[in-house]
Formats: sequence, C-alpha cells, structure tokens
Amino acid sequence: MIALLKRDLRLAVRAGGGFGLGVAFFLILCALVPFGVGPDSGALRPIAPGILWLGALLACLLSLDRIFALDHEDGSLDLLATSPLPLEGAVAVKALAHWITTGLPLIVAAPLFGILLHLPGAAIPALIVSLLLGTPALSMLGAFGAAVTVGLRRGGLLLSLLVLPLYIPTLIFGTEMIRRGQEGGSIATPLLFLAGITAGTLALIPFAAAAALRINLR
Amino acid sequence: MTLLSVQGLAVARGGLRTVEGVSFTLDPGQALILRGPNGIGKTTLLRAIAGLQRPVAGRIDMADDAVAYAAHADGVKGALTVAENLSFWARVFGGGGMDTALSAMDLVPLADRPAAALSAGQKRRLGLARLLVARRPLWVLDEPTVSLDTASVLRFAAMVRGHLAGGGAALIATHIDLGLDAQVLDLTAFRAKADRAARPAGFNEAFA
Repeated sequence: MIALLKRDLRLAVRAGGGFGLGVAFFLILCALVPFGVGPDSGALRPIAPGILWLGALLACLLSLDRIFALDHEDGSLDLLATSPLPLEGAVAVKALAHWITTGLPLIVAAPLFGILLHLPGAAIPALIVSLLLGTPALSMLGAFGAAVTVGLRRGGLLLSLLVLPLYIPTLIFGTEMIRRGQEGGSIATPLLFLAGITAGTLALIPFAAAAALRINLR
Repeated sequence: MTLLSVQGLAVARGGLRTVEGVSFTLDPGQALILRGPNGIGKTTLLRAIAGLQRPVAGRIDMADDAVAYAAHADGVKGALTVAENLSFWARVFGGGGMDTALSAMDLVPLADRPAAALSAGQKRRLGLARLLVARRPLWVLDEPTVSLDTASVLRFAAMVRGHLAGGGAALIATHIDLGLDAQVLDLTAFRAKADRAARPAGFNEAFA
C-alpha cells in the first residue's frame, strides 16, 4: 500500500501529474472574487467563508476523474485488482494520495487567500480546522464517484453530478464553522458534525467504491 | 497437485455467452495454449480465470493469489522510468528479482528511460517482465507476443520455459507458435449454442 501511495504521489509531481492544479484554481477564484463583488470589506467579509469553501470544493472536483481513470486506461487497475492488495485498501490509498496532492496544499494556502477576502484573523484557526476535517471527506466521496464512473468516456459531467450533492453537508458545516469563528461564537457543533461526516465517509466509502470498481472491471 | 482446475466453464460478454462447457486442468510445469477465432471469448475466459469477471456457469478451482495476469494493456506509467515501473509492481506483489526480470526481457540498457519514451514492443517487454517480479505460480497471458520482434518472442518463450521448469504453469491465448511443449485447446468447439446464447442477464447483472 505504501508503494501505491508513493507511486501516486510521484506521478502527481511529475510532468502532467496535475499537482498544484487545485491550488492554482483556488488562487484564481479567491483573487477574482474581490474584482467581482468589489474590494469593500463590508461586502467581502460575510461571503468569505462560503467562497473559501466553494473554492476548496471545486478545486477538489477538478482532479477527481484522474483518481481511477488513468489507471483504468493503461490497464493498471486490472493488475491492481489481481494483486494481493485488497481493492478497498487501494481505494483508500488513492483517496489519500488525492488528498495529499489537492487537499493539503489548499489548507496550507487557505490563510493567505482568507486575507485576500478580508477574513478576520480570528477566523483563521476555524478555517484551517474546518478544511483539515472536511477535505478528507471530499477526496473520499470523490473516489467513490470516480469508481462509479471509471469505465465511461468523458464521465466528468456524470461524476460532478453524482458527487456534488454528497458534498453539500460538508460544505454547510464547513462554512458554518468559519462563520462562527468570524463572529467569535462556539464552533463545537459544526466541528462535531464535520468530524462525524468525515469519519463516516472514511469508514464506509472504501467498501462502496471497491464494489463499484469490481462491477466496472467486469 | 493441480494448480488450476476448470469445470464446465461458461463466460459471457455484454450479457451474451461466448464459450460454454470448457473444462481443463493445469499441473505445475504445464502450459496450455488457447486458440480460436477473434471474438470467440479467449480474453473473457482469461479474465474470468484471473478473477476480474464472474463465470456464468461452471467452476474455477485454484489457490488464492495464484494468478499473474497480463493482457493487452501493460499497466505501464509513462511518467515513471522502466525501473520505477517494475519496482512498483515488485513491491505490490511482494516479490523481488528486479535484476533478473530486467535482464530476462533485455531491459537493462533501458532501465533509466522514462517509459513514455519506449516503443510499443519495449513497453510490452516491460509488461512481461512484471510477470517475473510478481512471483505467482500461474501465468494467465492474453496475446503476450503482440508487437514483439522475433528475438523478443524467443526471449519470452525462454522465460515461459524457465517458469514451467520452476514448477509454474501458464495459460496463454496466442495465434503464433511459441515453440513450447504445450497442449493446445481450440475454443471453436466450445462456442455457445445460439439458442442458449440469447439470454441477456438483464439489469441485475451488475449485482449478481
């Protein structure tokens, strides 16, 4: 499994691997919003949590179809399925690799982009914690969507349609957590909900995604 | 001890049966060549034996994790070098013997080249070298010699002979003569009967 993780990370940072794509998209979005709605902090501050989470979510979506599609095209997925690795483990490792290449850079860059959107300094910890808790669920749910659509040519649209509704709870509680951090309220409730969603997703989705892959490989 | 035993196997592609009633056994040291016209179901049969697909009828008996499968796609990543590709599969399968595998398929001079720069035949050689690092007793090979030159075909045949001598077995679908001392199974005789063939499994096929 560690070999698979290393290979996926290595592929991501080599030419054409798509590392940094998510962060670049996130930067473009956060840099363009002040031009769109005006630089007034009174206008930007209330929408900053929503924009930040939407940016993270769409940046995540951008690279989802790569999780399994490339391995399916070159036959690696067939070989992985016949290897001693359990397919559930392979799904979990590939989702982890996706999170490390997409989610983790977002979390590192988010405080900077928060400043672009006039997010008060007091809300930065809530922003980081909400992304840390929430983005693993985005990668794992995305792996499920990618597994369901793996055999399809140009399955990107279907993948987005399948995955976006599943992202809504994470989006709601993630944004709520930053908003409460902004207003200085208690962040415990959205934090627990966000953690619960992620824990449930990480526990259940590998099995669902592996089942979907087995069906698609037939 | 039998490595692989197939009894009354029937497989389907796209909801239609292709071959049915196929039975054979493979013992250590044996190779079986599958022949038959295009579309008869050689690939489907091999995928079923590799465990990628469920048979419609019949049974396949073998030990767990016995199969090393090689098909039309080699599972080679263009962004990685030849050695990196091979060592990844070696670690996944828990095998070793990278150097043996590289020299068996004459890949030593290419070891540090990115796989994207390989020709089709060189890629295929890399895909076949993977069989050696997988260290599985049963090789299930789907047209392994496609795009190989004559010298490489001879190398590959020598590799299969070495595998058989080491107590392994091989099931190979191929149209060319590898010069192996192997039985030949022509699937034409097992073509599914038309009256029983038109039986689509329906929507629930995926959940069967």
